[in-house]
Amino acid sequence: MSIEITDLSLSIGERRLFQPLSLSVARGEVATIMGPSGIGKSTLLAAIAGHLDPSVTATGHMTLEGQDLASLAPETRGVGMIFQDPCLFPHLSLGDNLAFGLRASADRTARRAGIEAALKTAGLAGLYEADPDTLSGGQKSRASLMRSLLAEPRALLMDEPFSALDMELRDEMRRFVFAHIRARNIPAILVTHDPADAEAANGPCCQLQRD
Amino acid sequence: MGRGASIGVFSAAAALVLAPIVAGFAIGLAASLGFFPAIGADHLTFAPYHRLMAVPEFWGALGLSLQTGGVATAISLLLALIFVAQGGGESRILAPLLAIPHAAIALGLAFLIAPSGWIMRALAPLLGFERPPDLALVNDPAGFALILGLVIKETPFLVIAIASAMAQLPVTRTRQIGASLGYGTLRIWALLILPRLYPLIRLPMMVVLAYGLSVVDMALILGPNAPPTFAVLVTRLFIAPDLTLLLPAFAGAMVQIALIALACLSLWLCERGMMRLARAEARMGRRRGTRIPLSWITPLPRGIMGLGLLGIVGLLLWSITWRWVWPVVFPQSLSLRAWQSGDWGAPLHTSLEIAVISLTIATPLALLTLEAVDHLPNKLAKPILLPLIYTPLLMPQIGFLYGVNIAALKLGITAAVAPVIWAHILFVYPYILLMLLDPWRAMDRRVLQAAAALGAGPWRRFFAVKLPLMLRAIMVAIAVGFAVSIAQYLPTLFVGGGRVATITTEAVTLASGGDRRITGVYGSLQAALPLLVYLLAFLTPRYVWRNRRAMQARVT
Repeated sequence: MSIEITDLSLSIGERRLFQPLSLSVARGEVATIMGPSGIGKSTLLAAIAGHLDPSVTATGHMTLEGQDLASLAPETRGVGMIFQDPCLFPHLSLGDNLAFGLRASADRTARRAGIEAALKTAGLAGLYEADPDTLSGGQKSRASLMRSLLAEPRALLMDEPFSALDMELRDEMRRFVFAHIRARNIPAILVTHDPADAEAANGPCCQLQRD
Repeated sequence: MGRGASIGVFSAAAALVLAPIVAGFAIGLAASLGFFPAIGADHLTFAPYHRLMAVPEFWGALGLSLQTGGVATAISLLLALIFVAQGGGESRILAPLLAIPHAAIALGLAFLIAPSGWIMRALAPLLGFERPPDLALVNDPAGFALILGLVIKETPFLVIAIASAMAQLPVTRTRQIGASLGYGTLRIWALLILPRLYPLIRLPMMVVLAYGLSVVDMALILGPNAPPTFAVLVTRLFIAPDLTLLLPAFAGAMVQIALIALACLSLWLCERGMMRLARAEARMGRRRGTRIPLSWITPLPRGIMGLGLLGIVGLLLWSITWRWVWPVVFPQSLSLRAWQSGDWGAPLHTSLEIAVISLTIATPLALLTLEAVDHLPNKLAKPILLPLIYTPLLMPQIGFLYGVNIAALKLGITAAVAPVIWAHILFVYPYILLMLLDPWRAMDRRVLQAAAALGAGPWRRFFAVKLPLMLRAIMVAIAVGFAVSIAQYLPTLFVGGGRVATITTEAVTLASGGDRRITGVYGSLQAALPLLVYLLAFLTPRYVWRNRRAMQARVT
């Protein structure tokens, strides 16, 4: 198993957000987390990625490839994150956004070629110098995913990544994202309100319950 | 407010604030080129510039100004960033430091760091000093004391500017994404946050730089004497009894303006270079180099700003001291004698008179300016408001104030206080406008639409809805405006023709050599007045809205 969560619970002061959670996600698998608004779905992802607000305390265990996550700094966990808003950096060109994700290497030409290839995969060929703000919603989402994947994450967390897209685009984007996760063979966790997402993810599904 | 009325308000604001600056500058430029009929100068000549450059301290003073102003601006930016990154944007240390005038901070700091000051008194037993060490710790030739003083005053200003800019950026989300891509905190700040933050604080940064390069009162108290900073050199030329130095003084004013223009240009080029560098580095995808131990710098901003407040405590203590022998840390005997002399009564009265009248004019005008902007197309707001706010703040005071004095004399205004009040409005108005701008924009427009739907016309909306909603922000703006007026040194000195004495002009005059107890009295007054008004500004909305929870929670 790749992501292993055991008896995880999050509390703010005395209040526990949800009943203790245990979840295993294998490589290439997309687990779905659902539950009512405000129960702490995003907080759960923040806990896994290491961005927990200091006011929240976590108990339980989280491991990635057998390694305890709590002992790692956020930037060394190798956990990629995708949000509803694609969050492209507006001061960088589209290509430089991807370059920011791509792991460092000595060879500039190879870097450029790698990014051009990633742009092509995302249906953004020839847009290296484009201003991210001029892209369509679907283009931005694909670029955002590519940026995350170029950092070679060991796991991917997604917080309602499709909910800002309209219906047709949503289906296309799901196929695109899930195909890439399978191709990379990494575990992923998807937080969503949309049952269709859970169905398409076709992995373990977990309903957070109020405590 | 109709379009005609809006244009009327802008014209009034421009006439009140921009016209004197333009006139003062034009008179100065003409005089520096040899046209000054009052002393019979009537033909084009560069002699004033030649004479200026022949002043032995000319080049040294220029270099010193660049050094102190530039270094102070850079350090202030760094400290402000560190402070905000630690979540200090709402800290309670900021308000008093913003309120207390530069001159008071400078006097306090001088008491603190002088060889006979508090720090040396505390160190004396440890270092085995028997008498105050013979070191130039204040007025040091390199200008370190001046830099420290500027940093104490400018850091809080930049903290406020940065915190307000950060509120417009998705900082938390950016940090999460950066970390999830494998980047450490330092790189996330340098590559992702700063490049988006800096354009939002570009103008405040230029204000700080321009101020640091042209400050006079603080430089007189803390800065070097031979050579002094350039603005002090030009001030000396202006107030010299030798009339042949007047035209070279005007030439100096023009050089000061050019110096600031060049410095701002360099800052902008620096910004472009850093942006390019940040983008190039972001493109490389390097993650290493994130683990520089930086924990030692985190207490630095608070410590340095704390020095400013400690100095004020020292001022107050000196003002009630009777006997305080070196190296004892606390006075041996206290006395109110320095206060009882009562010499401070008249300057205090003048200070209050000027502040109250300039606020009475500037505050309604600023509110009307914002109201007038609301009735114009959105895209006109910036081109109208930015010049009104930033011209007086970027233009060095020494560059145009003496010209304003000449203009007032030409217009036959001989009463000393009236033109001084006008000169204060030049700086009170833009600060009030600056303080009101964000809260005014943040006002819930739906409430105004609801009022309009109920049949309230523009004026009723202005008085019955906007002003009450803005009460807190207006009180804060008044407090800032009051502090700005109390702090003015050069406008009072130049436009008052040396005949108007305020607690600030007295404090600066007494600083060199005078009795520490008396200086303590003036410094304490300078610090206490704005603090008192800040307190009132803080309490008034609490009292008025004591039964309105939503108004209490309103953060402006």
